[in-house]
Amino acid sequence: MSTLTTEEIKAAALRAMLSVTEEEAQVYVEKLEVFDEYVNKLNELDTENVEPMTHALQQENVMREDVVTDVLDREVMLENVKESKDGQIKVPTIL
Amino acid sequence: MTLFSKTAAELQSLLHNKEVSVKDLTEESFARIAKTDDDVQAFLALDEKQALQRAEQLDKEPMDGRGPLFGLPIGIKDNIVTKGLETTAASRMLENFVPVFDATVVEKINNAGMVSVGKLNLDEFAMGSTTESSAFRTTRNPWNLDHVPGGSSGGSAAAVAAGEVPFALGTDTGGSIRQPAAFCGVVGMKPTYGRVSRLGVIPMAASLDQVGPITRNVTDNALLLSAIAGVDPKDSSSSAKEVLDYQKHLTGDIKGMKIGVPKEYLGEGVAEETKNAVQEALKVLESLGAEVEEVSLPHATYALPTYYFICASEASSGLARYDGIRYGHRTEHAQNLDELYRKSRAEGFGEEVKKRILLGTYTLSAAHYESVYKKAQKVRRLVAQDFANVFAKYDVIIGPTAPTTAYKIGDTSIDIATKNASDLLTTSVNLAGVPAISVPCGFSNGLPLGLQVIGNHFDEATVYKVAHAYEQATEFHTRTPAIWEGK
Repeated sequence: MSTLTTEEIKAAALRAMLSVTEEEAQVYVEKLEVFDEYVNKLNELDTENVEPMTHALQQENVMREDVVTDVLDREVMLENVKESKDGQIKVPTIL
Repeated sequence: MTLFSKTAAELQSLLHNKEVSVKDLTEESFARIAKTDDDVQAFLALDEKQALQRAEQLDKEPMDGRGPLFGLPIGIKDNIVTKGLETTAASRMLENFVPVFDATVVEKINNAGMVSVGKLNLDEFAMGSTTESSAFRTTRNPWNLDHVPGGSSGGSAAAVAAGEVPFALGTDTGGSIRQPAAFCGVVGMKPTYGRVSRLGVIPMAASLDQVGPITRNVTDNALLLSAIAGVDPKDSSSSAKEVLDYQKHLTGDIKGMKIGVPKEYLGEGVAEETKNAVQEALKVLESLGAEVEEVSLPHATYALPTYYFICASEASSGLARYDGIRYGHRTEHAQNLDELYRKSRAEGFGEEVKKRILLGTYTLSAAHYESVYKKAQKVRRLVAQDFANVFAKYDVIIGPTAPTTAYKIGDTSIDIATKNASDLLTTSVNLAGVPAISVPCGFSNGLPLGLQVIGNHFDEATVYKVAHAYEQATEFHTRTPAIWEGK
């Protein structure tokens, strides 16, 4: 049994900016049916006093001098944009 | 037979004696691709004109000052950006995307004088272990074209195994260099997290991804890692630790070295022929003077669920950048901006990618962040601590790279025990961030098996030393698939 329902899939899709049809949501429910099993597996372990590990290596405060280094030109960065005008990206109506 | 049966050192001596030119080597690569890639389907894009031009330029360089990789052809996994050359990550989302800068690793191979010949197939956004989720083609295993090359760096491993290129770059998030290397009978190294810059590497899971070399032998692999490793001011997760000349550590002397063999790595789901091949390999290492003992990584079976949640969470965040605005696929069916985002992403991403984005988004939601995501991060520490405990007493850890030989293309009947063993063997290494290599250690029904040698953080030198000693004591790496001789 999965804890994920089609409603939850659709809610996640809404947050992930992804359109998903009812049929697709059902497919993902099936594909994610191990969710519960995996959560249960993790819950076998007592991690009360374990610090979360966010990265493979603990690196802290990687600093650099606050100087401008080479960056790409605006025209170059716009090369992969579908539509642009006067150095700005064009998108459909927002409001 | 091809020139690429030779090692980098042998090819250098041919170049120095003017028996071949860089252009000859480059042409050899394209000739091999023309001959075999209709069958193997490893390449997504070729860069023949540029490569030949570059080869001619390189031929003019004086012999002194050429490094050990000078003039040698290399293929690049297509999730590593190459300026001016289409980079797709095998996704419709990036179809026709032409990067405007080179990844740091690409700059480094160029500085080493290598010649990039093209881009290699992968599972879409590196999410998979068969290369079948590529939006563009299915790469086939050069040892048997009915089988997968593994993945996600399936194109990279297959191209090297087919003798199309002597070198390739892959990426490894949960086994994506090592498992295809094992399936294709070549050598694949996942370095320590942070050893190689990730700038310009299209991310799957930022705290797990690492670039590494795929080659036909350990020595060439060590040479390529020395060339691509090092700190990058543009990747703050890259390490400033000194990069060693790994080749100097390939002495063949492993007397007294302590090898730990986790009992969890030879458990359920691992095929008998795989276990036998590993046991034989351990005997070889013992005969070379190493001490082999059984050890335990007690949290090994927790690696899979931990990886599952962390990888998907990071992927959902990392892939948020594909919005149809600045680059990548943009829908033609949007009435407003919101629809533009949603439809562009729905049309551009394949099913596996969407699945992981949805899983990651769900896992990171307020309701599950603590109970699932943070829980997985805590278990990650326990998985990593297991490695630290073993490395306090042992030089390397050894086990199989994959539980079986390569699956048949389209095989949906792979049993759950095999799948679980597959993830158990590779993902824990990424969670811990340690380096690991796969070297050929046998064959079963004509398909290769891989031996995995895992080392402590930044101890690639020891991993290479053990892998090299084993390789030199065996002959598996000298075998070539029938496709080398023509069909």
